[in-house]
Amino acid sequence: MLENYLPILVLVAIAFAFALGSVVMSRLVGPKKPSAIKLAPYECGMPLVGTARERVSVKFYIIAMLFIVFDIEAVFLYPWAVMFKKLGLFGFVEMGVFIAILLVGYVYVWKKGALEWE
Amino acid sequence: MSEHAAVGKLKEKFSAAVLGVAEFREETTVTVKKEDVVAISTFLKEELGYNFLCDLCGVDYLGEAPRFMVVYNLYNIATKDRLRVKVPVEESDPKVDSVIGVWGTANWHERECWDLMGISFNNHPDLRRILMPADWDGHPLRKDYPLQGPGREPYQGRLS
Amino acid sequence: MGVEQTLGNNVVTTSLDKLVNWSRSKSLWPMTFGLACCAIEMMAAGAARFDLDRLGILFRASPRQSDCIIIAGTVTKKMLPVILTVYEQMPEPKYVIAMGACACSGGIFDTYSTVQGIDEYLPVDVYIPGCPPRPEGLIYGIGKLQEKIMKERNSFGAAIGIGEVINEA
Repeated sequence: MLENYLPILVLVAIAFAFALGSVVMSRLVGPKKPSAIKLAPYECGMPLVGTARERVSVKFYIIAMLFIVFDIEAVFLYPWAVMFKKLGLFGFVEMGVFIAILLVGYVYVWKKGALEWE
Repeated sequence: MSEHAAVGKLKEKFSAAVLGVAEFREETTVTVKKEDVVAISTFLKEELGYNFLCDLCGVDYLGEAPRFMVVYNLYNIATKDRLRVKVPVEESDPKVDSVIGVWGTANWHERECWDLMGISFNNHPDLRRILMPADWDGHPLRKDYPLQGPGREPYQGRLS
Repeated sequence: MGVEQTLGNNVVTTSLDKLVNWSRSKSLWPMTFGLACCAIEMMAAGAARFDLDRLGILFRASPRQSDCIIIAGTVTKKMLPVILTVYEQMPEPKYVIAMGACACSGGIFDTYSTVQGIDEYLPVDVYIPGCPPRPEGLIYGIGKLQEKIMKERNSFGAAIGIGEVINEA
């Protein structure tokens, strides 16, 4: 059954080789004409003000972390849903317990204000 | 008439500073001395309610004395009254007190007046060029400044 | 200048040159430099009735991703260093289209603050007169630039590092 996926592997290999080859070839044979102004960062033609390495607010990290947690929960729900009939009442209760545990965490996050985007 | 009332109050408080009143088609213009411009502006804004400075510009009357005139166009938002205040400025001493403490919008208008006319404003926090490049020489909107710019031939007119 | 070094003059190299020229001219990505009224006509040319997207033209906001720069509008002396910096930051091969009377020659603004034609500072490939030129005029000018690119020689050689692009004399 796995050999049905061979064409996809070939496609992925060709796409990867094309992308890699384009970048490598242009790096190797492309003419390079650098100049000081050309290498400077782009700021709409005006002289630079400050650097780009500013501090990033922590709210991005928190939102990303919460997304991962609840996304994994959704990922677990899919195979459970596929095998639902076979798992019966035991499976239903088990998944209910799983969701309830994560729900406690969700309520905590909500009350703590981590979902407020400023 | 309400405009005359404002001018009347102005005259009785600053009788020495008011140099003249003109009225044309229901527009009133008061000419005042430049030394009292801040006091008069504060009086006009606080007591008479002219809280909107529509425009602040400089005029060049080349050949007349005084050469420059700074014109303040005022507007009373509550009663919808307009008033114009003119301040004559000599060429030998082109300095006026800044009204930036009265109306904040005067900041950039005074910068433009300095940039293009050369009238400088005392107590202005940031008097630098605003429309011309920062290293420009001269004040382009004066009547004796060449239109094509320094170092270029003047416009010949239609030659054929 | 001496002998111009090329990759060759046979049918293979000229076909490769034609391929490179065709791909460059049919997918010109301009950096929009709309300064004044000509920018409105450039927008109109890019909009629905006179679509520029069908000519392969995508307007890029960054000079690093663009092939040509369309100077659309009046160039003042205060804006000039910005234009020069942005032009320097474009990668080769790059082309310049001067759109409108002000970019070509200063237009009606023969004054102290206006640059009398951007060709005092940049090498212009196509001049499009008009005040402003109609969108059809801009499309005709872009067509002329496409013809100019198609006539280049040794473009494949220049792309792999052998010699330079030779424009017709």
